[in-house]
Amino acid sequence: MYTFIARRLLSTIPVLLVVAVLIFLMLRLTPGDPAAILAGDAASSEQIAEIRKSLGLDRSIPVQFGIWAGNLLQGEFGRSYFYKMEVTQLIAQRIEPTLALATLTILIAVVVSVPLGVIAAWRFGGWFDRALMGFSVLGFSLPVFVLAYLLIWLVSLKLGWFPVQGYKRLAEGFWPFLHHLVLPAITLSVIYIALIARVTRASVLEALGEDYIRTARAKGLPEARVLVRHALANAAVPIATVIGIGIALLIGGVVVTESVYAIPGLGRLTVDAVLARDFPTVQAVILLFSFAYVVVNLLVDLSYVVFDPRIRY
Amino acid sequence: MNRKIALAVLLAAAAGSGVAQDKVLRVVPHSNLSILDPIWTTQYMARNHGYMVYDTLFGTDEKSRVQPQMVDKWSVSPDQRLWTFTLRDGLEFHDGKPVTGEDVAASIARWGKRDAMGQKLMSFVERMDSPDPKTFRIFLREACGFVLEALGKPSSNVPFIMPKRVADTDAFKQIEEYIGSGPYIFKRDEFKPGDKAVYVKNPKYKPRKEKASGTAGGKLVYVDRVEWNLALRDAQAQVNALAKGEVDVLERPAFESYEQLKKAPGVVLVTKDPLGFQYMGRFNHLHPPFDKPKIRQAALAAFSQEPFLRAQVGIKEFYKPCASMFTCGTPYGSAKGSDVQSKSNMRKAQELLKASGYDGTPVVILKPTDLAAIQKLPDVGAQLLRQAGFKVDLQAMDWNTVVSRRAKKEPPSAGGWNMFFTAWVAPDIWNPLTNAAIGSAGEKSWFGWPSDAKIEELREAFARATDDKKKRELAEAIQARAFEIGTHAPLGEYVNPLATRKNISGWVIGPGDIYWNVKKN
Repeated sequence: MYTFIARRLLSTIPVLLVVAVLIFLMLRLTPGDPAAILAGDAASSEQIAEIRKSLGLDRSIPVQFGIWAGNLLQGEFGRSYFYKMEVTQLIAQRIEPTLALATLTILIAVVVSVPLGVIAAWRFGGWFDRALMGFSVLGFSLPVFVLAYLLIWLVSLKLGWFPVQGYKRLAEGFWPFLHHLVLPAITLSVIYIALIARVTRASVLEALGEDYIRTARAKGLPEARVLVRHALANAAVPIATVIGIGIALLIGGVVVTESVYAIPGLGRLTVDAVLARDFPTVQAVILLFSFAYVVVNLLVDLSYVVFDPRIRY
Repeated sequence: MNRKIALAVLLAAAAGSGVAQDKVLRVVPHSNLSILDPIWTTQYMARNHGYMVYDTLFGTDEKSRVQPQMVDKWSVSPDQRLWTFTLRDGLEFHDGKPVTGEDVAASIARWGKRDAMGQKLMSFVERMDSPDPKTFRIFLREACGFVLEALGKPSSNVPFIMPKRVADTDAFKQIEEYIGSGPYIFKRDEFKPGDKAVYVKNPKYKPRKEKASGTAGGKLVYVDRVEWNLALRDAQAQVNALAKGEVDVLERPAFESYEQLKKAPGVVLVTKDPLGFQYMGRFNHLHPPFDKPKIRQAALAAFSQEPFLRAQVGIKEFYKPCASMFTCGTPYGSAKGSDVQSKSNMRKAQELLKASGYDGTPVVILKPTDLAAIQKLPDVGAQLLRQAGFKVDLQAMDWNTVVSRRAKKEPPSAGGWNMFFTAWVAPDIWNPLTNAAIGSAGEKSWFGWPSDAKIEELREAFARATDDKKKRELAEAIQARAFEIGTHAPLGEYVNPLATRKNISGWVIGPGDIYWNVKKN
């Protein structure tokens, strides 16, 4: 097991290296000059050239890469061209909203979708099952921003239950924090509820057809115990996989939600940095996302051991 | 005994509730604040940040007249080569140190290295000094007619006054300390890029006695804090937030939002900047087909202003055609020489193009897809050019790619361009020295790089002129020549009223986004 974890962690190094090279090259090869953006509308060509020089962008791409890679090996991700701030500091400011939003979204999604999927499988072909399948199609089809505007209109503007925008940090109090986060999390969770509920239903349905379920029922176990202890537990591996994929997708998926609800998270930071050609910030954030993706996948693989004792690493 | 305790608790609670809460003005600015040095960049957000934190020697009032601000009195020698300025009493930086002539000299020197008008002024300056802490002097090599206009320049780059130790920073590096003597203090510790910027009232600020007007007059602060919400950038989310009272001000709502805002309870629209903005189409003079004046003339003739304004702004009361390259309604606003555009039509444009020898080279137009304020202009421009007989290659990209690409002097086939569209605030274009698009010093001039010795001679003469009548004549001559060679196409003017909650009042009329005098009831 420990060897497996060590091996997987070591395997992140080449992954991150490839990501680092790719993102560095892609940023340099796409059109856009940070110096021209920084200089403002009325700047002259000379002023732009001065800024380019001060940022080191007048050097060749291999030299720029060498400097960046050297700094990276020393744990330095560089300074944002725009905010004159260490990129790590910038990420630290933005990571809380994204983590909070992603965590609450997954929490809502799992708490709601897994029971719904189990009930749908249990009542296969009935009205509940059909309704859930209909909802999941709707959940997949409805764009996040449309759902966000609809919810804001109904829940915030008409009913006045939640604010329409903004984020309160946990340090400002748990209730304000939650009050600002619930609506964005519900918005974002709908698609994950649809996804996880569908996979749960399919997995549990398959498990319910197994001999051990028939045996459990023949032994007279209560139906709830049969469903949870035997069917759901045996169906857990694909559910854990899809939840894991969901977490990884969430990291990128929060962008739209953060924009509509004005949440200053990593998604917004990434979009702003890409649009502004803030190379150091984009490079650092993408590396962080890649690392997170690898770690989440590792955790999902490890969770298989818990759910299915037959799996050994 | 219990009753006494209960009474004491009630009294204490009552006293607590009587404590006035901080008055916070919650503003959604027109863009993100990223750069905090208003001398290093010309970005309008940096300029607005500058107006919160710093003060200026002179301001420009709502009638475009220069008025003293930090300056108490000033004098000029009979030969107009020595300018002496005395600072007002009690001017103090946020760190408690007095503002001195040395701070002023260092600040003007740094600004003079970055700003186009500042560079022009410095070309006349022999030296600057500060004979005593309250006095600042400018010695000119020869007389020039825009010393006060330059020092009172209301838009980017504004000659803000900083402490000498800050102003001594290399003009090509950004400052790292944000200490000014303006009406607000910047809360560096609360600044979260992309999230919020916070300014608190400067309790030691000594406003002038005159009524506030434009960037001049008394800068009275009636709120304790101004918070710029930098995260709220989605147009619909902004409207929702204002309607629900979660923010107090939308600096520049999207034009599509006004219908909704007009109907929103508790929301009013305020046109605090009646001079507004001017749209502009810029030709690249370096490459075909717009390297030929006759072809630029044909394009000018095709560019009737009304279609641009109707498509982009769409609200009749918010826009007006303006034949001037300088802002209409300001001292140099004039229709001189504009007939080629203002009295033309599509038939005329077609005839001009035919006569120009146009060989069918496609016009590469840069179209930003993410800047709602100007994104429809390229579509209109492309269609009008096609109707006139041009071949057009409309290339869509994000605004920052436009910004990067327009700086390229290469031909369109090698990543360059032929035309882009933009908008300017009135003070940036209202005189021949600030109007970057009219400068025609070839590759040293603004993107598009027009080259015309006559315009440059006239601009030099304008800089030297000290008589207002003469200056107006020269401005007219510059404009007439600019239309003749087609430096650029003015495309009409518009206002972009701010939307605010009804309990917010006291807006100062004039250019720029400024937050003194604003009251929250």
